[in-house]
Amino acid sequence: MSHIIDRRKNDKGKSTGNRQKFLKRVENQIKKAIPDIISQESIKDSSTGGSVKVPVRGLEEPTFHHDPKTGKKQTVRPGNDKYSEGDRVPKPKGGGAGAGSGRGKGSNSPEVTEDEFTVVLSREEFLKYFFDDLALPNMVKKLMDSTENFEMRRAGYTRDSVPSRLNIKTSYQQSLGRRLALKGVLDKKLALLEEQLSLATDPEQKVVLAEEVEKVRRQANTLPFFEDIDLRYNNFERVPIPVTSAVMFCIMDVSASMGQHEKDIAKRFFTLLYIFLTRQYKNVELVFIRHHTEAKEVSEDEFFNSRESGGTVVAPSLKLMEQIRRTRYDDSWNVYCCQASDGDVWSKQDATECKQLLLEDILPTIQYMAYIEISNNPRESDLWQAYSRISDDDSFSIRQVYEPFEIWPVFQGLFRKRSTV
Amino acid sequence: MTDKEKYRAMFCDPNWDYETLQAADEVISRIGKEYLKLKIYPNQIEVVTSEQMLDAYALTGLPTSYPHWKFGKDFVLNQNNYTKGRMGLSYELVINSNPCISYNMENNSTCMMLLVIAHACQGHNAFFANNYMFLDWTSADSIVDYMAFAREYILKCEEEHGEEEVERVLDAAHALMNYGVDKYKKPSKLSAKEENERLKKLTAIRHENYNEIWRTLPQAVAELDVAVLDEGRFPKEPEENILYFIEKYAPAMPQWKREIVRIVRKVAQYFYPQGATKVMNEGFATFVHYHIINKMFEEGYLNDGFMLEFIKSHSSVLFQPEYNSKFYSGLNPYTLGFNIFMDIKRICQEPTEEDKAWFPDLIGKNWLDQVLYVMENFRDDSFILQYLSPKVIRDMKLFTIIDNEGESEFQIGAIHNERGYRRVREQLASQYDRSNYIPNIQVTRVDRHQTSKLYLTHYMQKDRKLESKSARQTLAHLRYLWGFPVELHSKNKLGINESSFEVK
Repeated sequence: MSHIIDRRKNDKGKSTGNRQKFLKRVENQIKKAIPDIISQESIKDSSTGGSVKVPVRGLEEPTFHHDPKTGKKQTVRPGNDKYSEGDRVPKPKGGGAGAGSGRGKGSNSPEVTEDEFTVVLSREEFLKYFFDDLALPNMVKKLMDSTENFEMRRAGYTRDSVPSRLNIKTSYQQSLGRRLALKGVLDKKLALLEEQLSLATDPEQKVVLAEEVEKVRRQANTLPFFEDIDLRYNNFERVPIPVTSAVMFCIMDVSASMGQHEKDIAKRFFTLLYIFLTRQYKNVELVFIRHHTEAKEVSEDEFFNSRESGGTVVAPSLKLMEQIRRTRYDDSWNVYCCQASDGDVWSKQDATECKQLLLEDILPTIQYMAYIEISNNPRESDLWQAYSRISDDDSFSIRQVYEPFEIWPVFQGLFRKRSTV
Repeated sequence: MTDKEKYRAMFCDPNWDYETLQAADEVISRIGKEYLKLKIYPNQIEVVTSEQMLDAYALTGLPTSYPHWKFGKDFVLNQNNYTKGRMGLSYELVINSNPCISYNMENNSTCMMLLVIAHACQGHNAFFANNYMFLDWTSADSIVDYMAFAREYILKCEEEHGEEEVERVLDAAHALMNYGVDKYKKPSKLSAKEENERLKKLTAIRHENYNEIWRTLPQAVAELDVAVLDEGRFPKEPEENILYFIEKYAPAMPQWKREIVRIVRKVAQYFYPQGATKVMNEGFATFVHYHIINKMFEEGYLNDGFMLEFIKSHSSVLFQPEYNSKFYSGLNPYTLGFNIFMDIKRICQEPTEEDKAWFPDLIGKNWLDQVLYVMENFRDDSFILQYLSPKVIRDMKLFTIIDNEGESEFQIGAIHNERGYRRVREQLASQYDRSNYIPNIQVTRVDRHQTSKLYLTHYMQKDRKLESKSARQTLAHLRYLWGFPVELHSKNKLGINESSFEVK
């Protein structure tokens, strides 16, 4: 008799282990392909949960087989429509391409060459390769420092606390138990005494016993409802909570000198940072500040898409950022700042002011700041000069990029795991 | 009769449920047994999703297997093709095991489910249970247990010796998988229990004979020496089963590696009959489902609508694009096998003068007995050589193309005419001969005195050389397993070396 089994509810991940083994084997190639992927458009997809394709080579499983170009071969084909024995047909160009081995092939075996072999990575897998060897700067420090928050959590009961935390139900349970126990003992004693009393013949002894009975009865009837030892209080403990929120300030120069190309680069860099942060923190908030001569907080869409022109003054944007941070984000937030600009500033004085602001107000309060200058000009800009004096690569890094393919190395450089931390 | 009405209503409803499958299996099993006299293993019919089918594909039709990246690669490849719509999944996948496990896709219609149950659970099942290749070379009773054992063993090795080292051995053994079969000796039967006992015994012997003094001696050389103590050449006869040779004689291989090689060898052996009977197996299963479904229709279980759907599926299974079509990718084994089996039936029932000359043995015989006899006693090459009839050659318009190295033109060798039948038939049969697609390479010599070098000979056929890049890579794998240098010579008909490969 046949068994019919519905397997659909079973696990479908039978191949997961083998797939992992396979991925491990092509790991190096995947890692090598990541810069390419980033310099293409698909970076956005990876942050929204799409998949990434990585072309893979070098997976052949060698066996002994015939060289198709050699020897005398004869194959049988179906559907002869015009040939007679002895006919001669010119071979197609490029060797014996038309003369397949003639081996029976399953009707559903696809013809796939290794060139087009691609691995589709899930978002999780992609990010794993993506951020391998990277760690968020100074994150460890922040977690270890006393800036951790604490939360009071219930932790059972205690016998000693303030009246407002009295737990009536538990206290009553204690009292009930105590009273039952005591009453039981007294009742037994009473019964014993009464029996002795009833048996006693000596009048003097009777009086003594009667007094005793009376005393015990009174005791049994006057058990206190609550005693100190019954009382139970709710207990609380201070539990440290790791900081799980981060805010990321994106500051971009939108003055006339920033063209579409520059903005595009900036956008990619911000996107990278955003993905990176979402991997480290449970919730990440974004604040977009753009500036030309004045700074303004805007929505993401507006940040990247609308065009404005005018000169460039940087300092107001930093002031605005500092102000937003003060009003909206308390100490429980990790603050990151990322500034993109082409380096042009209105005046040297502006650059000096920026430097001052960073040094005194901003850097002490934030985790990390990255400044990227999108320019291919070998001459150092005023802002670059000002920043380079305070950049220490630890909490403040500056880099210069111009082409999309340069982004990933720069990003890697900025966020490389520091062995010293 | 109310039963039949009920079944008919169920089968003609495109949506199926558990009861439908049960009823289908009941009716189909009965017809298979009574009408086609099929002897089969008990069936285990499993309904699976497309993801589970992809999993099953990756293990190439084994219920379980040891972990290896190759299976992951196949899985990823299939998944890519499937999600891109380049490849459809088959409606079923059946495993040569007892009970016979078959996977059926959940999105099959009722008609497809019936077709698949008839095709796989009767056709393939009967083929596995009766064809001599499968009976001699595979152990349907124990394959599931054996693979579970293999998995355990490899996992244990990974733990003890590290994943990388195990992977290295498996990679190397896989490269030689085509050379892990005894084509002429019948192998012993598989059993997980016996394998385990054998292993235990081996360990026990090692423990008993453990002696600190002897530890400095290389491990297996003693064995090698005993085998060849008498004079001269070793091995005395060329050995075609290279994996076996390694397992037995590799001079300095630790025992656990030998066991892994043994596992790969056993798996290769399990798959050997499937490669050698593709045309027959598919042809026979198609023949069976065709007869069973038609019988069900005759008996009134099915209506016309069902039959239309069935005929559509049946003919798409048998679709054979012609040589100049862009869909052409070789002969469709389903078509070729089905046509030959149908023609055997025809020759038994309504022979023509031509058939009487070609197949005197079939004339006037019971068609079913003949079909079953053929199914049990042949494999693809002998099946075609014996039973490919002029009528099938004409119907399929078969012809041969001669492609000689160094000539700028193809030549048409034989076509479907009186002069050509025999040559087409012989040619097609040789095309399904294993030596046509797997080069004939054997172990011919080991230098036991100095270098422990292993010599292989490739006996060339029809002047076909080895593809040199992959040959070199495969030899490197062999070098790793053997542990000492290896050398391979391709010899032509006259015994003259045409090319050599060496890995030091």
